[in-house]
Amino acid sequence: MIDVLQINPGLWMIFAGMVCALVPKGEAFAHIRKAFVIMVPIFAAFMIFQINSGQEVLAGKIELGGLSLTTLRIDSLSLVWGYLFCLISVLNGIYGFHEKCRITDSSALIYAGAAIAGVFAGDLLTLFLFWELTAISSVFLIWKGGERAYGAGIRYLAIHVLSGVILLAGAAIYGQSTGGDYSFNYIGVENPGGILILIAIGIKCGFPLMHMWMQDAYPKASITGTVILSAFTTKMAIYALARGYVGTDILIYIGAIMTCFPVFFAVIENDMRRVLAYSLNNQLGFMVCGIGIGTEMALNGVVGQVFVHVIFKSLLFMSMGAVLYRVGTTKASELGGLFRSMPITAVFCLIGAGSIAAFPLMAAFVTKSMIISSVVYAAEAQGSLWVIVGMLLFASAGVMEHSGIKVPYFTFFSHDSGRRVKEAPWNMLVAMGLASLLCIVVAFPFGGYQMLYDMMPYVVDYHPYTVDHVVFQFQLLFAAITSFCVLKRFGIYPAEKRAEILDADWSYRRLGMTIVSWISAMWTRLASGVKGLRAKLLDNLGQRLYQIFSPAGAMSDAAPSGLSALLTAGMLVLTLIIMYVVM
Amino acid sequence: MDILSYFPAWLLAHGAALVIVLPLLAAAITAIIPSRSLAWWISLGVMLTALVTSFGIVAQMIAEGSKIYPMGGWAPPHGISLAVDALNAPILLLISAMAVLTVIYAKPASIAEVEPKKQAPFYAAFMLCFAGLMGMVVTGDAFNVFVFLEVSSISTYALVAMGAARDRRALAASYNYLVLGSIGATFFVIGLGFLYMETGTLNMADMGRILSELEGGSRVSTVAFAFIAIGLGLKLAMFPLHAWLPGAYAYAPTMVTVFLASTATKAALYLLLRFGFTVFDPSWDYVGTILTYLVVGLGVFGMIFASLQAIFQTDARRTLAFSSVAQVGYMLLGIGLVSAAGLAAGYLHLINHAIIKGGLFLALGAFWYRFGITRIADFSGLSKTMPWTMGAFTVFALSLIGVPFTAGFVSKVNLATAVADKGWWWAVGVIVVSSVLAIIYMGRILLLAYFGDVPQVDGKPAAKNEAPLMMLAPMWILAALSIVIGVNADLVVETAERAASLLLGKGA
Repeated sequence: MIDVLQINPGLWMIFAGMVCALVPKGEAFAHIRKAFVIMVPIFAAFMIFQINSGQEVLAGKIELGGLSLTTLRIDSLSLVWGYLFCLISVLNGIYGFHEKCRITDSSALIYAGAAIAGVFAGDLLTLFLFWELTAISSVFLIWKGGERAYGAGIRYLAIHVLSGVILLAGAAIYGQSTGGDYSFNYIGVENPGGILILIAIGIKCGFPLMHMWMQDAYPKASITGTVILSAFTTKMAIYALARGYVGTDILIYIGAIMTCFPVFFAVIENDMRRVLAYSLNNQLGFMVCGIGIGTEMALNGVVGQVFVHVIFKSLLFMSMGAVLYRVGTTKASELGGLFRSMPITAVFCLIGAGSIAAFPLMAAFVTKSMIISSVVYAAEAQGSLWVIVGMLLFASAGVMEHSGIKVPYFTFFSHDSGRRVKEAPWNMLVAMGLASLLCIVVAFPFGGYQMLYDMMPYVVDYHPYTVDHVVFQFQLLFAAITSFCVLKRFGIYPAEKRAEILDADWSYRRLGMTIVSWISAMWTRLASGVKGLRAKLLDNLGQRLYQIFSPAGAMSDAAPSGLSALLTAGMLVLTLIIMYVVM
Repeated sequence: MDILSYFPAWLLAHGAALVIVLPLLAAAITAIIPSRSLAWWISLGVMLTALVTSFGIVAQMIAEGSKIYPMGGWAPPHGISLAVDALNAPILLLISAMAVLTVIYAKPASIAEVEPKKQAPFYAAFMLCFAGLMGMVVTGDAFNVFVFLEVSSISTYALVAMGAARDRRALAASYNYLVLGSIGATFFVIGLGFLYMETGTLNMADMGRILSELEGGSRVSTVAFAFIAIGLGLKLAMFPLHAWLPGAYAYAPTMVTVFLASTATKAALYLLLRFGFTVFDPSWDYVGTILTYLVVGLGVFGMIFASLQAIFQTDARRTLAFSSVAQVGYMLLGIGLVSAAGLAAGYLHLINHAIIKGGLFLALGAFWYRFGITRIADFSGLSKTMPWTMGAFTVFALSLIGVPFTAGFVSKVNLATAVADKGWWWAVGVIVVSSVLAIIYMGRILLLAYFGDVPQVDGKPAAKNEAPLMMLAPMWILAALSIVIGVNADLVVETAERAASLLLGKGA
């Protein structure tokens, strides 16, 4: 028998997802699926708990065509992601309880399962397998967003499959250089394969200029789809980065740029879910930067940040999803004043906003500062990094501005849009409530954040609730709030406008299209010219060949016997002449 | 070898004579039998016996090496002898195997293609032809070769003429073949006369020994070689002496075409090998020059020109006939290399092409049998109306083109390697070009069959009408063989290499 403890826990969820896909449609069966969606992640978490022994566990070894694969590896790093993904799957399951959609249920399970399995992958080839599976299973969530989402889904799929292919190529090159060892440990960029793998990961976690799919696809997915999507793909990529590229210097700069550039787009963006997608990108920047620093403290910060980030980012997406569900839009220009009709959602949204902005007593406060502090320590050793510190601080203020203030303000307050809708459905409220509770618990000064710190891979010697940290954070936040108020008061703040903002994806959605259509137009012209010429030539040649070789042609006259006999004699003479010459 | 213990001792001892005598006697009896089906059963029995015997001969040859069988106990060089060695034993097996498949196929096909009155004579002529081919391959006596060549040729003229029931043009084709075939045979016998003058013996092994003592001999033997080479060149349809072939292949009854395409030219090619390498010796100037310049040159020209002609044909049988001329070019190229690899490749292609071309003509016959199709334009939609036949046809077509995992690929790769070893890179180019031409002429048939519309009959698409099992079975046996050789050619390659080393064993 196969030892169940050898099985990658993600596979249970993938399997459950496939079962879900086979469960028939219909009201009664929907509950079975929902039970699956909520219970199976709990079961998976239980399996992780069973397998975990406190040390690194390597299991599920498979020999495949001369390659030895380690399909399961649980250690202090992957463990956090595993639990986190299970937790968020449960929350997402509750959040999507009202939705009776077979495709969403099954693809959510497969997608989350693939992400968990990918995180627990012990070698690059297993990682590749689940890397692609996350892409393929999640695209259905985008397509559920309706007509508008189709193109975005295709682009999303193309980019992610490309990422997988690059990963595989990189893994192959890397495996060659290590002599057939594909195990997934520190990789680094010294090896060309390592660079390719970094690019593949970069695509998934939204490196600058590789990030467009995120803002393109996430806002267009279905309500629950966006919530589910926001949790897994990018965090899986962060895990891969934390596993393979700790202390790689270039990540510091990439991460810093990642934190800053989305701020500008987020400020002018109108669609709230898209604002959140930009803010997601910005948050990932902090993590990438922390991995680049690579000290124990930085890594602890990254792990903590990932953990709380998934929760509060989901919370924000959930609240916007609830608004979309009730109002039918998340455009800032159409919203406003919703706190009157959706007060509970508004409160949860504010908690999420506070968490992402790192208000004291709320989630990110206890983790983000660890990353920034580690950058500060690094900067004390290497002066040039002060620029990075500045960028991160700017970005922190930016987060406060767009996620902390803009999202709740324009949705629930601002000028009243006059819409009176019902409060969000109960299951959404439960999910958001749980997430809010977690946001506060993990930052609670007395026994709360210590739990979070216990999960971190290294021993933590950090105390978030010191006077100067709290004061500093308040200064930062109030500066951001003040500037928002001032800008708003004097009408300089960009008004909510209906528009779709293209950033780097302009390069392929506009420029690329234009170039392609130009080329195709030119090609058509060229082709018709060449075709004429070629047709003439070929016709001529064909005519000649035909005249010679066709049944009616010169070569194929049913040769009269006499002529053939003569030819035979001629051949004999030729042979004799040749012989005469050589002898 | 263990296999040998399954054969009765008398069969092994007299097998070489049996494969000639049995069909000769049976032919005489069959010619006067009125019953069509009895004639068929006799032929089948004879062919099966010959097949089993040939198998025994091959097994014995592998186990015990070459063997000389003196007819009537008269020892050579005074008596006539039969000689079995690594060169001709596989060809005996090939001919008898093709004969069995052809006879099976002939049961339904001959009803459709041969006049009822001439059915029994048809089988008689067929057995005569078979006896002639087997005889000219197995005999060790040069004059005997001529006799058996004539036996097979004359019966072939009759067999081709029997196609008149289907297409009157068969008569003209047969007449043309008769004239040219006779010229070829005459040239051959004139060459033999000169050789006899020079050496004073008719036993081929003896001739070879004496000639090599004479260091190639005088101008008489030179002229003898010229006559023999041209005479055989005509028989094996060496370009441009192939004029008789398209007509004969196109208008003969299908089973005759199948048998001719897969055995008659191959037997003639065997004789060229036998005379060129064991009686004469390629290390002599005049032989080497003819092989290197004339045989290779004409082979290469044939590969290109005949392929081009195949492309422009409207009749599928003529397309395949011209393709045969082109394929003979491949074998001639391999032979003309005069290297072990080249000879092995040529020999290998000889076997593979017999399988492929035989199978293609079998399928064409089935198309005609069900729908009366010979024109390429009528192939439209055949993959739907005769899927199994078309499937086999496709396998052969791919094999002819030289797609990997088919027999054709194996021999083409071997040939290309042999040519490259010799440093003749231009010839590799010719092989590639000729293969591309093969893609065109086979591809156009396949395209039409697979993507063309099924023809309308009374406003409805023609119904599926698969060939009878007795036609499908031989076809698929050959198709399977073609794939088996494509996947694992060790056995055939070994055979070819054995033959090649025998040919080069003398002098080289």
